[in-house]
Amino acid sequence: MQLDIAFIIEKVLLISVILLGSLGIAMYATWAERKVAAVMQDRRGPNRAGFMGLLQPLADGLKLFFKEEIIPDRSTRFLFILGPALAMLTAVMTSAVVPWGPDIVTDNGVISLQVADINIGILFIFGVVSLGVYGVMLGGWASNNKFSLLSSIRAASQAISYELAMGLSLVAMLMMTGSLSLREIVEQQHGFWDNGYFTWNFFKQPLGFIIFLTCAFAELNRAPFDLPECESELNMGYHQEYSSMKLGFYLFAEYINLFISSAVIATLFFGGYNFPFMDEVAAGVSPILFAIICVMALLTKVICIILFFMFIRWTLPRFRYDQLMRLGWKSLIPLALVNMVITGAVILWVIK
Amino acid sequence: MKLTNRAANINRDPMTFGEKIYIPAIAKGLSITVGHIFKKKATVQYPEEKRPFSPVFRGLHVLNRDEEGRERCTACGLCALACPAEAITMEAAERKPGEEKMYREEKYAAKYEINMLRCIFCGLCEEACPKDAVYLSETVMPTNYTRASFIYKKDDLLIPHPHKQESK
Amino acid sequence: MGVYEISFWFLTVMALSCALGVILSRNPVNSVLFLIATFFAISGHYILLNAQFLAIVNIIVYAGAIMVLFLFVIMLMNLNADTEPQKNRLVQIAGAISGGTLLLVILAALRTSTISSLDQTATDIGLIKNLGKTLFTQFVLPFEISSVLFLSAMIGAVVIGKKEQTV
Repeated sequence: MQLDIAFIIEKVLLISVILLGSLGIAMYATWAERKVAAVMQDRRGPNRAGFMGLLQPLADGLKLFFKEEIIPDRSTRFLFILGPALAMLTAVMTSAVVPWGPDIVTDNGVISLQVADINIGILFIFGVVSLGVYGVMLGGWASNNKFSLLSSIRAASQAISYELAMGLSLVAMLMMTGSLSLREIVEQQHGFWDNGYFTWNFFKQPLGFIIFLTCAFAELNRAPFDLPECESELNMGYHQEYSSMKLGFYLFAEYINLFISSAVIATLFFGGYNFPFMDEVAAGVSPILFAIICVMALLTKVICIILFFMFIRWTLPRFRYDQLMRLGWKSLIPLALVNMVITGAVILWVIK
Repeated sequence: MKLTNRAANINRDPMTFGEKIYIPAIAKGLSITVGHIFKKKATVQYPEEKRPFSPVFRGLHVLNRDEEGRERCTACGLCALACPAEAITMEAAERKPGEEKMYREEKYAAKYEINMLRCIFCGLCEEACPKDAVYLSETVMPTNYTRASFIYKKDDLLIPHPHKQESK
Repeated sequence: MGVYEISFWFLTVMALSCALGVILSRNPVNSVLFLIATFFAISGHYILLNAQFLAIVNIIVYAGAIMVLFLFVIMLMNLNADTEPQKNRLVQIAGAISGGTLLLVILAALRTSTISSLDQTATDIGLIKNLGKTLFTQFVLPFEISSVLFLSAMIGAVVIGKKEQTV
């Protein structure tokens, strides 16, 4: 096998841009979260550090970096450090298969705006997401603290329960697309209106979307399903013993996860980088400008979904643990199965 | 048996299907919280923007002087007696000849201390004072690091001398 | 040595050493983590064989779900090296004998078996489309029977859970 230097440089560039971009967006997601919380509660939110508090995430990051690093005496040291590392690793790994934009066709060849177009893209995301719980579990166990342990056990059971419903809701969608590759799924949703119907999967699978979204809330450990870090019961959950940047990595990983999963939802259900009248736009502008417009369209969708996640977090109260399990096992999984059966029947007899 | 008529009646009927699927409730909640985004903010941007004090606000104490700059306090002890928190201590002394410019009455307070950690800013000392010597100003008590610094001495409490101020 | 050989040897060494780590480490949590690393090495082998689907399913099912539950149980039971109960000598001998017998059987089976030569034209059998076709045409009966087996296991678990509740 020959190593293509240009190929490697292109991919390294793309990966670093995506990595830095997701770190930056995660940083400003913390700012946006505080602003959203504030305006919903008739407050103003951070507004002292820089214009409209825009330097606040930098200040927070700096604070976390310079705080004292405390590793509990009775903790399992290696796993204690491995926990946040794994959380961060799995958070950024998912971005590899998301197609951020269309191929840029230039005279020298084709530049792909996707790190890896593997034919099992969605399954890759599932694999990485299912590994994401290890960061929480190991961190919670290694802290040698009962609250942390309880929280990590909650996180694990919650993640496993909701992965099932998530997978089943996706199966129905995959039956329609017939492909596991995210690039192909996006290309099938080309434009907005085709053959007298919407092309975006959201309009083809509304029930599947709602199930997927609910499960995404649970997988992200976000309110109303943020039981692993439930303050009133577990006074902080699995990051109770963490301090300094290790705590920062946990919090950061959460926001990167939020960003990436919003990107995945946008890709799967809202047409990814596609937008209405894209063919007319593509005919009018240069390929590079068109690719930039497409990336902007995807980012707009992602930001809207992130804001939706935040609105929900500051609107709904936290579920009780038995309610969470009942919703997962007794409502979402049967609903996803019914959705799957209906989709199968429609494909077999109506669409052919 | 009702004690008051304010008890709200709670509907304990089993939830209907519409309530069970929860999505209408989420939409309703979202409409409320999103509506709050456009409401007027309650925040007062403190250092730049200050809320006016109420006219009956009671802040830090001052010991008053009369028009000629003499201390009004005669160390009668009525304020200390009136104080419910027992925050005021004082020591009286007799005015010597030649000190008429400093003290109005024949007796004056050689030592006058208010422990601001004990003080509850009720204003009873102000009410009790027969000489109009102690007043509660509109200043909020500043914070500090030591307990000792919260015991305000006479120098901290006395208002500046009117004529000396002018000469400065 | 090309990239494939280097990654093959790396993954092989990783798989074997992690598998040894599973049985040699005193702390059960470390054992579980070694086992997860072993699964990753095996998944790497699948990818080298151009079977991405099997690789990722191996990770999702084993590393992502089953091992999480394993870890879950071990964390709850708090099995530490110092709380390990003293094992009966008889049990140890029985374990050694049964393990040795298993090794003997495997060796005997492997000795007589012939390894079919590797098909050099890269097979795409591990890709999801071909795998699905094979499973639902050639091997449909074993596939369905195994799914019935899983279903019966699930029902059994529910029955056991229910029984405990009524007592």
